[in-house]
Amino acid sequence: MATEQKISASQGGNQGFVFLPLIVGWLVPGAGHFLLKKWGRGALLAASIVGMFAIGLAMQGQIHTGAKDILDLLSMAGDLGNGLLYVLGRAMGWGTTLPQETTADWGSRFIVVAGLLNVIAAVDAHNLRTGRKAS
Amino acid sequence: MHLSHFAAVVLFALFASTVFGITMRNTPQKMVRYGVYCFVLFVGAAIVLSWLMYFIAR
Repeated sequence: MATEQKISASQGGNQGFVFLPLIVGWLVPGAGHFLLKKWGRGALLAASIVGMFAIGLAMQGQIHTGAKDILDLLSMAGDLGNGLLYVLGRAMGWGTTLPQETTADWGSRFIVVAGLLNVIAAVDAHNLRTGRKAS
Repeated sequence: MHLSHFAAVVLFALFASTVFGITMRNTPQKMVRYGVYCFVLFVGAAIVLSWLMYFIAR
């Protein structure tokens, strides 16, 4: 069954670098699915991940810039899952304001989880590309 | 932006459920069903655990 799917995927005109949807999907949320012409799914994924990142920032969430302990390191790894959003945030100085709301910690978690969800979405795009996921 | 804790939970559940639904199932109908299932579990678990902590703290 899986072999048939892989064969059908390779016969479906999906030529080129097999990891491209994975990398593009990581850098830009939803773009991996756009590459595979899954427009609706890509738009929903992009809206969810970018929305979560933006709301996290609006809630005074922090973007982790360094690791002082293991929890910081894990949080930074999650933040890095946001791809270019993380780079943009660092470049623009987002997520550096001192928290003044009780829900600011929620904001930091929103940013971390947005990154983790983006990794899941990028892997899904890769699975679609390789034929491991049917459709 | 000031959100209540419950509004934050609902938004978190909405976004996470959307991604889970799309990535964990194959057909649109199954995606919607799984997304709704995850959303209900997220919000339901938050409400149940919140009441549990409320009674433990008393």
